Amino acid sequence: MPTIKSLDDLKRIREEALRKQELKSTSGKTEIIVGMGTVGIAAGARETLKAILDYVDNYNLENIIIRQTGNIGVDSFEPVVQVILPGAEKVTYGRVSPEIVETIMHEHVVHGKVCEEYKLSM
Amino acid sequence: MRELCLHILDIAANSVSAGADKISITIDENLKDDTLTIEIADNGKGMSPETVKQVMDPFTTSRTDREVGLGIPLLKFAAESSNGWLTMNSELGKGTKVSVQFQHSHIDRMPLGNITDTLLSLQLCSPDVNWIFSVRKNGKEFYFDDKEFKNELDGIPLTDPNVIRFIRNLFEEGVQEIQ
Repeated sequence: MPTIKSLDDLKRIREEALRKQELKSTSGKTEIIVGMGTVGIAAGARETLKAILDYVDNYNLENIIIRQTGNIGVDSFEPVVQVILPGAEKVTYGRVSPEIVETIMHEHVVHGKVCEEYKLSM
Repeated sequence: MRELCLHILDIAANSVSAGADKISITIDENLKDDTLTIEIADNGKGMSPETVKQVMDPFTTSRTDREVGLGIPLLKFAAESSNGWLTMNSELGKGTKVSVQFQHSHIDRMPLGNITDTLLSLQLCSPDVNWIFSVRKNGKEFYFDDKEFKNELDGIPLTDPNVIRFIRNLFEEGVQEIQ
């Protein structure tokens, strides 16, 4: 993929994204929330987030919203990542290293199967 | 925290929780003056002088009545340990500005860390904020105000893979150019 950085490129990206949106049914979006409070950041949340972004980029995942949140009160399990599939309950994962991100993205976000072994019961 | 950029993430997260919709971050390395200065300014709800005093002190903050945790005292300590300082100016209803300076060459100064990843995290995770980044090194500057490019995107989510790639390239090249 060549480098893209001018406003014209941006326009193209926009048009492409719009076309894709029209093609898709309105199936809703998957939300991924990363805990980025002081503790989360110290525990490596930025690298976790980067791994998520890289995954989205590498596999061209559409309809994903990535958000950050502050401390959610499970400090010893940081970095914490929450996944909400359209119409499903929020699932909270703890101690999510960049390696675990790969598993969660593949199994849960892409294939809809909750990764029980990293899940926190809240 | 082992990188100054992680502190930037942390302080900026405070600005987001303070309801700011415009946050500007300046990172200024000046080898001639031997300084590294970071400024984070927001238009959030601001704090009273009493609250400012509280968040600067690691021992009097309590969970229930604060927006800021240990982050500020930690950064203040890091700055003062490397011949620098931290100030916090805040006005209720107007916003808050945190400024911190380090002696660039000081042996205890933390490395700056990955600027691109940090700015990207902020930009993508709080898409509703108007981010203004200014990264300077010895007088050269990479300046980015996300307004124009958000207008251009016109509602396409920032986390669209192509958009992520676009922003990452933009930041990487911008930061590279001033080195």
